[in-house]
Amino acid sequence: MHKILLKIAQVGICTEKPRAPDEALRVASGRLNDEVLQLLGRALAIRHVDAGSCNGCELEIHGVNNPYYNLEGLGIKFVAGPRHADMLLVTGPVTVNMEEALRRTYDAMPEPKVVVAIGDCGCTGGIFGENYASCGRVSNVIPVDAQVPGCPPEPAAIIQGILTAVSAVKDRGQD
Amino acid sequence: MKRLTVDAAGWRSAAVETAREGGRLGALWGSERAVHALLVQHAELLWLTLQTADSYPDLSDLFPAAARMQRAAADLYGVRAGADTRGWLRHDAPYPFVRVEGEGVHEIPVGPVHAGIIEPGHFRFSVVGERVLRLEERLGYKHKGIEKRFEEMSLEEGVRLAGRVSGDSTVAFAWAYSMALEQACGAPVPPRALWLRALLLERERVANHLGDLGSLGNDGGLAFGLAQFSRLKEDWLRTSARLFGHRYLMDRVVPGGVDCDLLRTGIDELLGEADALEAELRSMRAIYYDHPGLQDRCINCGVLAPRTAAALGVVGLAARASGIAMDARVFPGFAPYGELQPKLACHRNGDVASRIVVRFEELFESLGLARRILGGLPAAETKILLPQAAQGSCGVGWIEGWRGEVFVALEAGAGGRVGRCHPHDPSWQNWPALEHAVIGNIVPDFPLINKSFNLSYAGVDL
Repeated sequence: MHKILLKIAQVGICTEKPRAPDEALRVASGRLNDEVLQLLGRALAIRHVDAGSCNGCELEIHGVNNPYYNLEGLGIKFVAGPRHADMLLVTGPVTVNMEEALRRTYDAMPEPKVVVAIGDCGCTGGIFGENYASCGRVSNVIPVDAQVPGCPPEPAAIIQGILTAVSAVKDRGQD
Repeated sequence: MKRLTVDAAGWRSAAVETAREGGRLGALWGSERAVHALLVQHAELLWLTLQTADSYPDLSDLFPAAARMQRAAADLYGVRAGADTRGWLRHDAPYPFVRVEGEGVHEIPVGPVHAGIIEPGHFRFSVVGERVLRLEERLGYKHKGIEKRFEEMSLEEGVRLAGRVSGDSTVAFAWAYSMALEQACGAPVPPRALWLRALLLERERVANHLGDLGSLGNDGGLAFGLAQFSRLKEDWLRTSARLFGHRYLMDRVVPGGVDCDLLRTGIDELLGEADALEAELRSMRAIYYDHPGLQDRCINCGVLAPRTAAALGVVGLAARASGIAMDARVFPGFAPYGELQPKLACHRNGDVASRIVVRFEELFESLGLARRILGGLPAAETKILLPQAAQGSCGVGWIEGWRGEVFVALEAGAGGRVGRCHPHDPSWQNWPALEHAVIGNIVPDFPLINKSFNLSYAGVDL
């Protein structure tokens, strides 16, 4: 036990400040009103679905909970099922074999809900594109609110995308 | 590598001969009106091609892992072998799982979407109370047409796709692809490039082992382990990003060499990093090995007995934790590992604890290899321009990734295009072993056992 306590004391707290939301990551606005978004932003429950990625994005999504990024410290946590989730985080081009599972996960989530597509494949279909086995980008299957490009995007960028999706839209005039 | 075109009788007899001599099936895949097998005979590779439009001889009695590979080939090309006619990659028909019957037996279906941040796949447990009688895996959910996608690419571009077959093994796949193409062109790669590739491959091994040791601590009830190892992994990834330009080293290995280099300052930084990480690992290892709760969860949990592992043809890290001494870096020892003299980590308990011990030992060995590479990095160019591979020329890459041996079989098409490319992940061989390792364990131990293998879904679904 003393070795564990010693290690904790030696390492200390290494958590860094998250990046501010970035409007450039938002692809749809006005789906939820600002009041709801701000409430969600304070205690967000996220469901993750890998719809066909290479697993690279999953490594970085795991990273958001390491001590440097500490997403849970912001009141945002991953949950084990869609029924108590506010946000769906989707990676990969959506494979034909995952299309139904993704739709059903989305449908099982209560309103209000937001969707963030993670990685180049989620945003555009990426290197895999669309073919007999791949539906391509996430928005080809379910509505997407924000997307985070990158192959894979770093944890800081993923957190920024999550925060963008649940922040109030900056300039309503442009809707 | 030797390539032979055979008839049905030759296909079967080559496999029988290989099995009798203690060899193994590296990979099996289909193409238009043909099926291919890669047989590993000691240090030699034999690539068999059999022209067929419908059926061909089953190899799953000799090499059990062949069964799913044959089903995948049947789904993609209609060439059939074996008794199991259920689709593997095609999910358009009902899928009857094997039913276990008896008093008190019930089924637990899990997936394809799992409870954590994990790849999709379906597990069907048959249990009595909490005890697992049988697990049946159903994969293929991530199938996205990778082999067809290769055929739309130039040989040069193909390496990017190879590096995205399984994101956690991007260096291993990119190197195997490049090795295959370099073999097809007959072009030798400069020594500095090979040494840098080995450095990148060891960095990939370290990153994954750090991540797994953290997750294994967490699944064993020691969240402290996850916090510490994920911190160490993040430090490691940041160094990779700073010195090589990518956290996971994607697109650094390219045909003809590498797309990165190291200056003296970088070498010094990496040597310092290795020393610092080694000290941290020693303290974390002492904590893991001394922690009664963690040891209680891991010892004798998820046992894959050496005899079962050998019968199933298990490879890589899982094989080394079940008493099978195999590591392609050691034997046959692809360049530059012959000069680096890597040491093989092997234990025979075959339980979760054993797979943890192998990971710790491989981490220390990888740091040692990194020091040897940094100390002896040859001075030369890091990349050469490859001559165009002639249509029909072919090659096979064979690399020991962190999970096990990765193969890429490549055939050049016309005008510098990919003719056919099959990337093979070691998880093909190891997924069936997981079904055996969980028998008799309780359902709540499944996540821990599964994590101790940490197999790839993307790598086999293609």
